[in-house]
Amino acid sequence: MTEFFEVGELSKAYPGVQANDRVSFSMDAGEIHALLGENGSGKSTLVKMIYGIVRPDSGRMTLLGQPHAPANPSVARSRGIAMVFQHFSLFNALTVAENIALGMHRPPRARRLDDQIRATGSNYGLPLNPNARVGDLSVGERQRVEIIRCLLQDPKLLIMDEPTSVLTPQETGILFATLRKLASEGTAILYISHKLEEIRDLCNNATILRAGRVVATCSPKENSTRELAEMMVGSSFSAPERSNSAFGEPLLEVRGISLRPGPTFGTPLKEVSFTVKRGEILGIAGIAGNGQDELVSTLSGEASVDSGDILVSGASLGHMSLESRRRLGLLVAPEERIGHAAAAEMNLVENAFLTGADRMELARFGIANWRKARKFAEAIIEKFDVRTTGAASYAGSLSGGNLQKFVIGREILQDPLVLVVNQPTWGVDAAAAAAIRQALLDLAASGSAVVAVSQDLDELIEMSSSIAVLNNGRLSQPRPVANYTKDELGMLMGGTHDIRLTAEESNDSA
Amino acid sequence: MIRLERRRRQSRAWALATPVLAVGATVATGMVMFALLGKDPVEAIRTIFWAPLFDPNLASYARPQILVKAAPLVLIAIGLSLGFRANIWNIGAEGQYIMGAIAGGATALALYPLDAWWIFPLMITAGIAGGVAWAMVPALLKIRFNANEILVSLMLVYVAEQFLASVSIGLLRNPDGIGFPGSRNLQHYESAANSELITGTGIHSGVIAAIAVALMVHALLRLHRLGFQIRLAGLSARSAAHSGANPKRLTAICLAAGGGLAGLAGIFELAGPAGQLTIDFNVGYGFTAIIVAFLGRLNPLGIVLAGLLMALTYIGGEMAQFMLNLPAAAIQAFQGMLLFFLLSMDFLSRFRIAFGTARIN
Repeated sequence: MTEFFEVGELSKAYPGVQANDRVSFSMDAGEIHALLGENGSGKSTLVKMIYGIVRPDSGRMTLLGQPHAPANPSVARSRGIAMVFQHFSLFNALTVAENIALGMHRPPRARRLDDQIRATGSNYGLPLNPNARVGDLSVGERQRVEIIRCLLQDPKLLIMDEPTSVLTPQETGILFATLRKLASEGTAILYISHKLEEIRDLCNNATILRAGRVVATCSPKENSTRELAEMMVGSSFSAPERSNSAFGEPLLEVRGISLRPGPTFGTPLKEVSFTVKRGEILGIAGIAGNGQDELVSTLSGEASVDSGDILVSGASLGHMSLESRRRLGLLVAPEERIGHAAAAEMNLVENAFLTGADRMELARFGIANWRKARKFAEAIIEKFDVRTTGAASYAGSLSGGNLQKFVIGREILQDPLVLVVNQPTWGVDAAAAAAIRQALLDLAASGSAVVAVSQDLDELIEMSSSIAVLNNGRLSQPRPVANYTKDELGMLMGGTHDIRLTAEESNDSA
Repeated sequence: MIRLERRRRQSRAWALATPVLAVGATVATGMVMFALLGKDPVEAIRTIFWAPLFDPNLASYARPQILVKAAPLVLIAIGLSLGFRANIWNIGAEGQYIMGAIAGGATALALYPLDAWWIFPLMITAGIAGGVAWAMVPALLKIRFNANEILVSLMLVYVAEQFLASVSIGLLRNPDGIGFPGSRNLQHYESAANSELITGTGIHSGVIAAIAVALMVHALLRLHRLGFQIRLAGLSARSAAHSGANPKRLTAICLAAGGGLAGLAGIFELAGPAGQLTIDFNVGYGFTAIIVAFLGRLNPLGIVLAGLLMALTYIGGEMAQFMLNLPAAAIQAFQGMLLFFLLSMDFLSRFRIAFGTARIN
C-alpha cells in the first residue's frame, strides 16, 4: 500500500553546502509529524522543496500515490499543500477578510468570504472578526489569519514552520487543539520546531535532521527531551545547573523609569521599577514589542529616560553616557547580533574592541592596542567555544549561535557588576543556547547581577531566580519563579484586557 | 538570463581592481569619443596622460602644476572621506573652501603691510576656522533639527559664492587697485605668501600639508578610537552607538574635518597659486574632491593617488585643448566618464553577475 505522503532520497546542494542529503521519510493521513533539527540542519530547505519554492537536485516525492514535483508554490497549493510561515505575510492596513482574499486564487464575494471565515474559525476554535484590521490584532490572532487562509484551501498536508515561537502558553494551547482537530479529520501536519516539550506533547512521529541528513526517526513521546536534544545535536550536553546560594546586596536598582515613545522607540515605558541583587538572575518575560528594546536601551544608555533613575551599587547613573555606565560595571548585550551588538564587516578583534575598549584597557589616550584586543578576542573564542577560523574572521561569517556566544562572552569576560541580556538565545541552536545559559548562571554565581529579557518562557524558568513580565511598557512586580504557574505567566504576557489589569494591580501594589 | 547577486562580503580583490578597470574603461571610451570628434585618439590620450609627465618640452611646466592642482584636491577629499565613511554627506566643500580663503585672506589683509613670522601661521589657523565655521551650519542644523546635511551644505556653497563676490568688490577690494575688483595679491606680501618651497617643483606648504594630513588620517583610521568609531558608524549606526560613539559628536567632528581641511586648502590656494580674492577665485576643487574621495576608495593613501591622477587629467586636458583643439566640453565629459565607470565598477565589488535562473535560498 502506498503512503499518504512520502519523501524518498531527496537531495539538494547549494554552493559549498549539502543542504539535504538523501532525506527520506513518510507520513500517514492524520499524522502530526515533527521535523526536528538545529538551525542549518536542512529543515527549511526540505519544506521549501515540498512547497515548491526550491527544486530538489535528485530524489522523489509522492502525494497520495501520485508523483509530487511542484514547479512553484501555487502548483503545490493546488495539490493540497498549505504552509504557515514563521514570518507572517499580512498587510497591517487591511482587514482580515481582505488579507485572506489577497492570498486566494479566485476569492468568493466579500459576504460569502466573511461567512466562510467565521464558520471555519468557530469550527476549529479560531474565532476571528473578518472586518478587524490586522494591525490591531495580537500576534496570536495574526497567526490565526494565516492558518484560516490555509484552511480555506482545504489542505491535505499542512506545514507549520516554528508556529509557537511568538505565542503565549494559552495561545499555544489553542493552536494545538486546532491542529489535533485537523489531524483527526485526516489532514497530515508537518510540524517544524526546536521546542522539544511541544513536540513530545503534540507529535506522533519525529524525523530528526542533522547536517542535511536524517539521523533518527522516532516516536517523541517515548523519548525524553534530553534524548531528543542529544539526537538533534549529535552529542550529549549538560543542562544548565543552578547553584542555590543566597543573594547579596542589591547591585541594580531601577526606580520608576519612564520613556516617551519617539521615532526610534515605539513603545512607551511606564514607571518601570525593579531591583536585582548580587548573585540573582531576574528574568523579564513578555512578547516582543512590549517595551523590551526600550527597556534595554534605557539601561545601556543608548536612550535617555524622561524620568526615574538607575542605580548600580547605589550610584545613580540614569543620566550618564553609555561609556560611563560601562566603566561602572553595567554591561548590556543587545538583541540584534548583527548591526547592533556586532558589525558584520569587521573582524572579531575589532568587534572585541567594540565594547571592550574601556574595561579591558584596549586603548590608551584613544590609541587602540590591537595586539591586546586580539588577545581579548582570542580569550573569548577559547573560553566560550566560539567556532571560527580565527580572530581575523569577519563577524558576519560566524553562525548565529557562535556569534551570540562571542557577544555574550565578550561582556562576561569584562567582569560586569550587572549584565543585561536581551533575547540571549534567540535563533541559536540547542547546544549553543545551553552553553550561553550556563555561562549566565556561572556569572551570577560568581557574584554579578543578571537581567535576562527573553520571549522564551522555558529559558527564563530554567535560569531565573525571579521573573517579572513586561506588557505594554509596564513591568509587573517580580516574583520568585516557584510562585508562578506557567498559565499565570502566560496570562500576564497575553495582554488581554482583564489580565492587563492584574499586571497593573500587582505593579501598583509595589 | 543575467542577474545580479549580492556578494556575501565585499570582494577585496575587486575593491583594489575597480579603480584600475575604471581608468581603463575611461581611456577606451574616451578614445572612441575623441575619434568621433575627428581627432587622433591615440594622440589625444597621449597628450592627456603622457605629455604632462614626460614630454621634454612640456613636463617642466606641467609637473609642478600637477602638484599645485593635486594638493587642494587631496586635502579636501581626505576631509570629505571621513564624513563619507560615517554616512555624513558633506557636499559643500566648495563653500567651505571659499570661506576658509576669505577668513585667512582677510586676516592677512588686515595686518598688511606688517612684516612678522607669525602672520602666515595665523592665516592658516584663520583659514581652517573659516572652513570649520561654515561646515558647522549644516552640522548644527542636522544635530538640532535633523536637517539634511546634503542640501544645507550644498546651498551654502551658493551663499559663500555670493559672499565672495561681495567682499572681492567691496570690503576686501585692493585700495590701490585703481577700481579693479579683487583684493591685494598676497603673493606680493611676503609675510603672507605661500610661495614655492623648492623653486620649479610646485611644492608649496599645501603640498606638504596634504601629504602630512594623508598620513595622519591614515593613522587615525587604523589606530585611533575615533577612527574606529567613524568606520563603525558607516557600517552600522546602532553598533557605533553601542560601542559608545555619540552620533551627534561624530556628525560635528566629520563635518568639521571636511570644512577645516577645505578651508585649509582654500587659504593655501589663495596665498599661493591664486594670489588674490576675486569673484572667480573658486574653480570647483570642492566638487571635484568628491570624485577624488571615491576614486581613492575613501582611503587616505588612495586619495593621494587619485588626486594626482585627477590633477593629471586637468593639466593634460588643458594641453589637449590648446594643442589638439579639443573642446573643453569633451575634456569634462572625459572626466565625468571616470566617475561614471568608477561607480559602475564599484557595483561589481558588491554584486556579481550570474547567469542562469534565479534561485531562492
